[in-house]
Amino acid sequence: MKNNHMPDQAKTPPTAALYITCLANSLRPEIGHACVQLVESLGFKVDVPLDQTCCGQPGYNAGHRDQAIAVAKTQITALQEYDWVVVPSGSCAGMIINHYPRLFAQDTPWLEQAIQLAARTRELCQFLDEQGWQPGTPSKNHTQQTWAYHTSCSCRRETHSHQHGHRLLLKAGIRLAHLHDQEVCCGFGGTFAAKFDPLSSRMGQKKLAAVEQCSASGVTSADLGCLLQLQSLDRSGLSFCHIAELLAGTCAGEHKP
Amino acid sequence: MNNNGANGFAAQSRQALDDPALQSALGHAQSGFVKKRAQAIAMVDDFERLKANAQAAKRQALANLAPLLEQFEQNLVRNGGEVHWAQSPQELNATVMAIARNANARRIIKGKSMIGEECDLNAALESAGFDVVESDLGEYIIQLAKEPPSHIIAPAIHKTRQQVAELFRQYHALGERGLDAISDLVGEARTVLREAFLTADIGITGANVLVAENGSIALVTNEGNGDLSATLPRVHIVVTSIEKVVASMEDASLILEVLARSATGQHMSAYTSFYSGPRQAQDPDGPDQFHVILLDNGRSEMLGSPFEPMLNCIKCGACLNHCPVYTNVGGHAYGWVYPGPMGSVLTPLLQGLETALPLPNASTFCGRCEEVCPMGIPLPDLLRQLRAQQYEQTREPRRWRWGLGLYSWLSRHPRAFAWSLRLSRAVLRWVPQRAWPKQRTPIRPSGDTTFLEQWRNGPKNGAQNGPQ
Repeated sequence: MKNNHMPDQAKTPPTAALYITCLANSLRPEIGHACVQLVESLGFKVDVPLDQTCCGQPGYNAGHRDQAIAVAKTQITALQEYDWVVVPSGSCAGMIINHYPRLFAQDTPWLEQAIQLAARTRELCQFLDEQGWQPGTPSKNHTQQTWAYHTSCSCRRETHSHQHGHRLLLKAGIRLAHLHDQEVCCGFGGTFAAKFDPLSSRMGQKKLAAVEQCSASGVTSADLGCLLQLQSLDRSGLSFCHIAELLAGTCAGEHKP
Repeated sequence: MNNNGANGFAAQSRQALDDPALQSALGHAQSGFVKKRAQAIAMVDDFERLKANAQAAKRQALANLAPLLEQFEQNLVRNGGEVHWAQSPQELNATVMAIARNANARRIIKGKSMIGEECDLNAALESAGFDVVESDLGEYIIQLAKEPPSHIIAPAIHKTRQQVAELFRQYHALGERGLDAISDLVGEARTVLREAFLTADIGITGANVLVAENGSIALVTNEGNGDLSATLPRVHIVVTSIEKVVASMEDASLILEVLARSATGQHMSAYTSFYSGPRQAQDPDGPDQFHVILLDNGRSEMLGSPFEPMLNCIKCGACLNHCPVYTNVGGHAYGWVYPGPMGSVLTPLLQGLETALPLPNASTFCGRCEEVCPMGIPLPDLLRQLRAQQYEQTREPRRWRWGLGLYSWLSRHPRAFAWSLRLSRAVLRWVPQRAWPKQRTPIRPSGDTTFLEQWRNGPKNGAQNGPQ
């Protein structure tokens, strides 16, 4: 499937759209720059479609199906020109790859577009690993630190790309601690964190206790939602850094509240 | 714990989080289940194939449910048993009582049955003047404590050892007997229950699988209490539900293969028995009467609906043990007899959507339940469909309905969306700590503007140019 969308590489470099995700777009724009740098290092022309907004997952997961369909159409339209769509989040990538086609099960023309988009969409780590990413020189401040890699539930069970992330971190020479209970949710869950705050907090605190136990001084993940959930609950001054920043060597360390 | 039913989930879960004894009980027991299941599955060559076989057997059975149930009935009647059909819990309870009265029975010993819990059978029997004793250790403990089960296979998992000892001190004439070790507690229960087994007129058990080809029921336990309940009293009543039927012994064994491994991490439960009728002339023991009551209670309506996959459930409890919500709040927070992911789907389906509004929402959609479900039930998707029903029936809290509606509208209008992100960045930058939950520090946006604005104002603005 993927090669069908690859133009002749000798003439023009293939284009990759960065689907930045609403969280990174609004709260951690530096993740976007790190992604651009990483994807460009593979020889792709990177573009950031300006009409992208949000994948529609908040509405979809709340059962607002009609609204999710309308939002999905907006994204499909914004992303149709590109050979690849790279998403620095298992959650949003999973929405496009697994759930867009379900939303259009009864709507053949859109279903075809949704399936095509799904086939061209990759979670960032999977994309980098499959395309043979090689690290540059990581900046000194992170290589000193030991990181806990939180494999988000979405990367684990939606995009099945958590091992790509692990491989990339090792390739980049990042020192990783052995985090226990990696398959357990951090308690974010989108609107869940707001609807059931005490429960969400307890789940996050348990994840942070596991981080503490493995003696890591920072947490990285391919999903910013998880990182923000954990950062807002952290009491011990851990660093929180998206995997894109860590791989690109642009992690500014902790974001002071 | 106060119990306001499933609609009280939010308050009940907060209470559970603040209950140190409950937290300690949950912590110990849960990690054991997870570890044992993982070990049991690692020892099987191809667990995925076992699962696929069990699911295929179940799928076929559900596709032929009516004929298989008829075949089950015919064969069971041929064996000398009786089949009773119950549309509702009330009907099931009334049938049990009619059988008991006909047999001039007063004392009842019970094996563990989730159908019994679903029908609140004990309360009905007790209020009609019958003596009922639960014989599963966990069920016995919660019967003393007058509590519902908090787990579908480990009903007293929320109790610490000290709490159990306390209950026994309160209700048993202990005399010289001590309760220091776990073996003391088990011995104590055994002493009391042995008497109950020997004096009971009726034994009630559940069933794990019904076999159409020979009219028998399969019953698995680890304490042997099910077998004593089934064979010692003169009447054996099986309370079960229609979706448990499969075509053959072969199919039943496929389901039992995944059941014990998923539930307790055993290859087989300690006791796996098949009962097919009353005592025959050549039998050394067994009951004079054998009754099977088949409960529907909304299940036939699930057939052919988007929720049909829920009928695959074999009540192994794996989804509870692996659920980050269940493992933090325990079963009572869910407000009815079925907790965890399977309960969050079943409770609204069996009791009515409006009686359990928080349950489908109380999930992060982490997906672990679906991953460990041996019967391939897409639990997160079913929960999402229940959320959709709440949306369609306008049963969501208004602020969520409007808030998410607004966000969806913004997401379809990129310019308005960009403007709203600018606004939310400004708000988040200044919103004071006290506006946040006290255990959280506020999330502050970084950078000067959104990423899309930075990109629009010059691609790579702020980034390290080009390949590394």
